[in-house]
Amino acid sequence: MSNLLARYAEAVFWLARYVERAENLARLLDVQETFARDSQGAHDWASMVTLNGDLTRFRAGGREATAETVLQFYLLDRDNPTSIISDLRAARENARMLRSLISTEMWVQLNVFYNRVLALQPDDLAEERLARTCAMIKDGCEAHAGITAGTFYRDEAWNFYELGRAIECADQTTRLIDAKFVTLGGHGDTPEAVIDASQWVAVLRSAASFQAFRRHHPHGLRPAEIAAFLYSDWRLPRSVAHCLGVIEHNLTELRRQYHLKGTAAVLEHVDGLRDDLQADQVRALIRKGGLHDFNDWLQRGLIELANLIGRSFFGYVPAQGQAQ
Amino acid sequence: MPFTGALEGYDPGSYFCELLGQTGGGATAARQIALRLDRLGLDSLRARAGDAANELYNLGITFTVYSEKDAIDRILPFDPIPRLVSPEDWRIIESGVIQRVTTINLYLQDLYHDQKVLKDGVVPRELVLGNANWRPEMVGVELPFGTYVHINGTDLVRDRDGRFRVLEDNARTPSGVSYVVENRHLMQRAFADLMAGIGVKSVSDYGARLHAALCELAMPAVLDPQVVLLSPGVFNSAYFEHVFLAREMGVPLVEGRDLVIQDERVWMRTVAGLQPVEVIYRRLNDDFLDPEAFNPDSMLGVPGLMRVYRKGRVQLANAIGTGVADDKAVYAYMPRLIRYYLDQDPIIENVETWICREKGGLDHTLANLERMVVKPVGESGGYGITIGPRASRAELESCRAKLLADPANFISQPVIDLSVSPTLGDDGIAPRHVDLRPFAITGSRTWVLPGGLTRVALRKGSLVVNSSQGGGSKDTWVLE
Repeated sequence: MSNLLARYAEAVFWLARYVERAENLARLLDVQETFARDSQGAHDWASMVTLNGDLTRFRAGGREATAETVLQFYLLDRDNPTSIISDLRAARENARMLRSLISTEMWVQLNVFYNRVLALQPDDLAEERLARTCAMIKDGCEAHAGITAGTFYRDEAWNFYELGRAIECADQTTRLIDAKFVTLGGHGDTPEAVIDASQWVAVLRSAASFQAFRRHHPHGLRPAEIAAFLYSDWRLPRSVAHCLGVIEHNLTELRRQYHLKGTAAVLEHVDGLRDDLQADQVRALIRKGGLHDFNDWLQRGLIELANLIGRSFFGYVPAQGQAQ
Repeated sequence: MPFTGALEGYDPGSYFCELLGQTGGGATAARQIALRLDRLGLDSLRARAGDAANELYNLGITFTVYSEKDAIDRILPFDPIPRLVSPEDWRIIESGVIQRVTTINLYLQDLYHDQKVLKDGVVPRELVLGNANWRPEMVGVELPFGTYVHINGTDLVRDRDGRFRVLEDNARTPSGVSYVVENRHLMQRAFADLMAGIGVKSVSDYGARLHAALCELAMPAVLDPQVVLLSPGVFNSAYFEHVFLAREMGVPLVEGRDLVIQDERVWMRTVAGLQPVEVIYRRLNDDFLDPEAFNPDSMLGVPGLMRVYRKGRVQLANAIGTGVADDKAVYAYMPRLIRYYLDQDPIIENVETWICREKGGLDHTLANLERMVVKPVGESGGYGITIGPRASRAELESCRAKLLADPANFISQPVIDLSVSPTLGDDGIAPRHVDLRPFAITGSRTWVLPGGLTRVALRKGSLVVNSSQGGGSKDTWVLE
């Protein structure tokens, strides 16, 4: 039986999600700056805002999309709920709520890390320093993950942490694929797609997957192969397939160890998502130009998964017989 | 003692010094510690104190100030020079605190049952029944061991002659014990050389003792009672302490929204549904605990809690209604209550206290205003106090007007020349006034944590040690 407070389970789930989200954004910004220039070396910063679905809010401030404004918006803008500083702040506030549950080491690292990011100045976003700033943020997020793996007691709270982290990671990977395939026009294995190699390298680097991809595919950079790799290769930690595996494992633990009601329905939902992630199927789908729809379906599936977990464990809807 | 290093020129004047004034069983250790401090030198002390402050900040041993945009964490200023308590003094403090807590519990048991103390005229009826903290809902409620105050903090001061006096009882939700334990951990890390070879009583089993006492309160049929700590939440300034206590006891830190009353029981909402709760260590004031019984606007409490509590289906620590025993007005009667219930003389005397609701007390206070400390009975945290010798003419007149308008709201005490302890400041080590709050845990019997929270008034000459008024804290070493 479990006596983990529902509120704690939700907070630990979101703690993991927010750190994961901050890390992904730091990767994306770093790669965008370093690798994602076009052949003239110019940047399309507006695409970054579009990619994240933040265009309306960004423009509301009367801003033009330049390196300076976009980086400020995503790194340091505390009024922007999708900025790295907002993510880390939310992570830290969840951790604060969880202080009696998580290890002291986890709290201290997050506390120190947040204060370091809080101290960043606009200067730190300048072209020559951006890579270092992004590296600091990635390191901080990775350190959080490492310290958590090394110190967090493996009870049901850990399972909820892992669920949050894996769902966020899967979601971020689908967003990356979708955005890049739309902007890069990656339908089919056309020669044009291969010419845009640097852009595809950037996609892989955003997901820290370039070397792994090369080891597995020493020749060429075919968009369909890249997409299939990011979706379906269970050996790649940021692939959707790997994340779903983690999700399934943790749900199974919750069912076996703690006999939590509601795990069966959630597991069934995860099975449905995994079935359609077979690499051959994904490749075929992309050739037929159905990638965007597939990706959409996958994202909706992940959102529904988070909702199911919320309803089953976090008390969104009181179970029968429970008073509100 | 010739000091040539950090303590050179240190002069406590006519105040009792907690380091240099030690005699008897504490003298040798005190001399050794003084010499070590002196040799450490100011630079080293400052560097280590700075590291310690950083560590407190990083560990989040902080209270949080919320602005619109930010949560700003602040540490309670920490002074690295320990405050010493000799073995003899500790025996007095320990037995004095136990005597006081025992009396408070007997008094509360009496008030909420037979009210003999009122019938015998020991305490004025209106002082109790007209008190804002009197809870008629508690009349006739039976509590395990007759214990109302499970966690108590007794504020002690020491006068010019080195005699301990009780300044205040804290029988509602006394705070500060987390600093006692964390300050010790910090000293063990940063000042191991200062401590080496000196026998100091351990403070590390507070959490285990507290958990054991709370478990005693549950019905014997419950083998492994579920204890929870009820906090107002992350926005409360004492939130770190709630985290600390939950962690030390290994119990869930809950908020009102995590608890629900159903089938005449308290339950907590978990990922596996509702689970029963037997004992609640609540860090919420009475009036926020149950919107059905008390403040209907409280969002922090648990609707219906009082109803099941009255039936004995859940235990609360501290009990509801203990505020009627630690009021500053009731404080004045404590020596009489000790004699009434225990037939003993107080082991630690009160500070001489004049009760302004009594004509003699009011007259004395008005006639000696410039020499008295005047305190409103309903305030805490050092607010609303007028210290006669420090007050301007205008402040004295304002105080006089308030006294005349509502004498029953005030008590007065002569100014106590609080003892001092050497304290690190910008100008080196200087004497600063201190008090001491030992913590007592009571289930079936009372245990006192060796030492307690030493608060220090960091400003030169200041007598107010409260953290809200520029106070800091020190580690307290009870010598073996």
